[in-house]
Amino acid sequence: MVSYNRFTLDNGLCVLVHEDFTTPMAVVNILYDVGARDENPGQTGFAHLFEHLMFGGSVNIPSYDEPLQRVGGENNAFTSNDITNYYITLPAVNLETAFWLESDRMLSLAFSEKSLEVQKNVVCEEFKQRYLNQPYGDVWLKLRPLVYKKHPYRWATIGKELSHIENAKIEDVKAFFKKFYNPANAIMVVGGAVTTAEVKELADKWFGSIPSSPKPVRDLPAEPQQTVEQREVIKADVPLNAIYTVFHSPARNDQGHYEADLISDILSRGNASRLHVSLVKNKKLFSEIAAHSTGSLDPGLFIIEGKPVKGVSMEDAEAAIWEEINKLKNELVPADELTKVKNKVESTMVFSEMSLLDKAMNLAMFELLGNASDLNKETGRYLQVSAQDIKDRANSVFRKENSTTLYYLAN
Amino acid sequence: MLNRTLAPVFKQVEKIQLIKAEPHVLDNNIELYVINGGEQELIRIELIFKNVNWNSAKPLQAYAVNTMLVEGTSKLSAREIAEKIDYYGAFLQLDYNYDYSTVTLFTLTKHLESTLSVVKAVVTDSIFAESELQTFKTNQKQKLLVNLEKNDFLGRRLFSHALFGDTIYGYKTESFDYDKLDRVQLLEYFKSAYQPSNCAIIASGKITDNTIKLLNSCFGSDWDHGPAFTANTFSFNADKGFEHYLERPEALQSAIRLGRVSVNRQHPDFPGLQVLNTVLGGYFSSRLMANIREDKGYTYGIGSAVVSLQNAGYFVIGSEVGAHVCSAAIAEIEKEIKILQTQLIGKEELELVRNYMMGSLLGSLENALSHGDKFKNIFFSGLTYEYYEQYIKVVRNITAEELQQLAIRYLDFSDLQKIIVGKK
Repeated sequence: MVSYNRFTLDNGLCVLVHEDFTTPMAVVNILYDVGARDENPGQTGFAHLFEHLMFGGSVNIPSYDEPLQRVGGENNAFTSNDITNYYITLPAVNLETAFWLESDRMLSLAFSEKSLEVQKNVVCEEFKQRYLNQPYGDVWLKLRPLVYKKHPYRWATIGKELSHIENAKIEDVKAFFKKFYNPANAIMVVGGAVTTAEVKELADKWFGSIPSSPKPVRDLPAEPQQTVEQREVIKADVPLNAIYTVFHSPARNDQGHYEADLISDILSRGNASRLHVSLVKNKKLFSEIAAHSTGSLDPGLFIIEGKPVKGVSMEDAEAAIWEEINKLKNELVPADELTKVKNKVESTMVFSEMSLLDKAMNLAMFELLGNASDLNKETGRYLQVSAQDIKDRANSVFRKENSTTLYYLAN
Repeated sequence: MLNRTLAPVFKQVEKIQLIKAEPHVLDNNIELYVINGGEQELIRIELIFKNVNWNSAKPLQAYAVNTMLVEGTSKLSAREIAEKIDYYGAFLQLDYNYDYSTVTLFTLTKHLESTLSVVKAVVTDSIFAESELQTFKTNQKQKLLVNLEKNDFLGRRLFSHALFGDTIYGYKTESFDYDKLDRVQLLEYFKSAYQPSNCAIIASGKITDNTIKLLNSCFGSDWDHGPAFTANTFSFNADKGFEHYLERPEALQSAIRLGRVSVNRQHPDFPGLQVLNTVLGGYFSSRLMANIREDKGYTYGIGSAVVSLQNAGYFVIGSEVGAHVCSAAIAEIEKEIKILQTQLIGKEELELVRNYMMGSLLGSLENALSHGDKFKNIFFSGLTYEYYEQYIKVVRNITAEELQQLAIRYLDFSDLQKIIVGKK
């Protein structure tokens, strides 16, 4: 159970406070409701590049990191297809420094040309490090546009290609800031050894005077229902063949997401999971195999990916995956097995409450989804899933015409 | 009117409150350390075994035994082990590093008794069945093949070997090493390493007297003593630094690792080296990051570390840099090290690093489990909690002159092994 208080400033900034005096630390987590899905198709990777620029100095403060470190704080950020999230951890006695820094960059950035040039290079190196210079690293750059035809999930957070990042201009940066980085488009969570009264006072002082502008309206093209199975083969300099089978799956807020998530646990969480026992241990067809669902805010993906053991044909490997899928479609999951995956979800939730930062990030995410209080109903949404729900969900997701299969073959 | 150019007043971190480990001894003399704290009804139990009997002809013995502990006992199959643990929402984790093999259980307190029996079975009665061993070999070899395509992995392994040769710290595992494994060696290693006289237990979380009773009745008896074992002891000379270049013509980025054998936590210079390392490459605003990422844009990230092992310590700088700027990046690293040796660190920067390190120490003590991690640092090095008092004293008081002396003594660029995987 994670408790919190909520208030909203006149300019629209929503603030949640989680008081936790078991720690001398505080966290400040600011989620901006903008991600790669909000990008222009000709300028992909921009939300993430922009995240880097948020550390390049703000209108009144030339350096972001240094003053924070000087008071014993640390920070980082991440961008996804859905959101951009910034977080600070610091000794609670120095909480005001976080408000000073975060409010100034919400007010306005320095928009330095030098910072843009350098961060374009840094992000290009990140692109290479994570996507281009790794075996199988480019698989999602290839898969996303196969699976999504209309919705902006068809490009990865890092962007479609290096040139989109290289071509970014300072005017684009300014326009992006103006559109998305305003109080009404942000959710701030302050947690740790802090009182709500103290946070309210600091929020009024530092964020209260930031001018409001309307929350941008999101109008993304919905992904049309897939009607034919898609298949693709790529050859690359990798040591082993790999297979990726991907299905469209419900959005994060849909009860179907919880069913799909439990299905992924049944299939591949732990050494007693079905794919591991059947395909790795008993049939020895795969050296590794995993299933997971993306749980994205718009309808997401259910992914099964694995590497067949050398000598096993791709067709046999794929057929074996479908055999397990068909079991889920045709038979009810035994009660013990369902209890097992639910227990694991429940205990994972308790473990995550040991981390102040996790709690703060979760509160922000659930507030974005609709209401922070739903964080405390999350376990319940898993627990209410029945064996019949699992079977129904398997039948609705695991259809050939809802699938895309990629063979990633070794040269 | 609010003046946004002025930083708010701040306070120094004054007090660091560690939850100290409370020592107990089980009936069979296993040392148990308890770190009691926290709100959640959770426990972490770690069974820690020293790696022993190093033999470079059987380099994967210790690793394979640790990794295969969940693959079956005389009474439980691999699947049954996983099912029992999962059913209670618990986690059973195996960790193998240079010095230790660890079996860790995370569980809700109410399920401790039910899950402990599985841990007991695993550490006393694993059988390493032939069919499981075959699967292990096949899958590990596939993993290795993929890793050998990663510049970063190749860089790490060349680096360790350059520093530590064919010891457990430096051995370069090849595919055929897996072929050499057999059941007999695994059982032999299991019996000598996983015995009470080579085990210590650390329990962190919400611990009661009943927890300690449970641990004693589970691990304090019915556990045979095995054959004698030999501790792994190595000594290393800091050789002259060489360049080790592995060309990968298709590389878009080069993995670089520069470093040398150094002192470990037991040495009085270690805390000072941690401060020096932080300045150079130990945090986001470090000199390496500021120069090579934030000024030049050569890399997504660069960092350095001082690492303490049982038989040695080492210093390392690591990064993946654009292939076309690899030599330029290394030249900048050399320059930054030279500056540390020839110029005093300014007052402002040193204050910043002191404050950052104190905040970071405070922030690293989030829950009972992290207090347990702090205990492990000193326990493994044979030190007491005085180490942290000394560490704090050094972080607060070390002078720019002393840091310069450390840079001269420990960071000479010509002494560093220089690994480049990719293009230069």
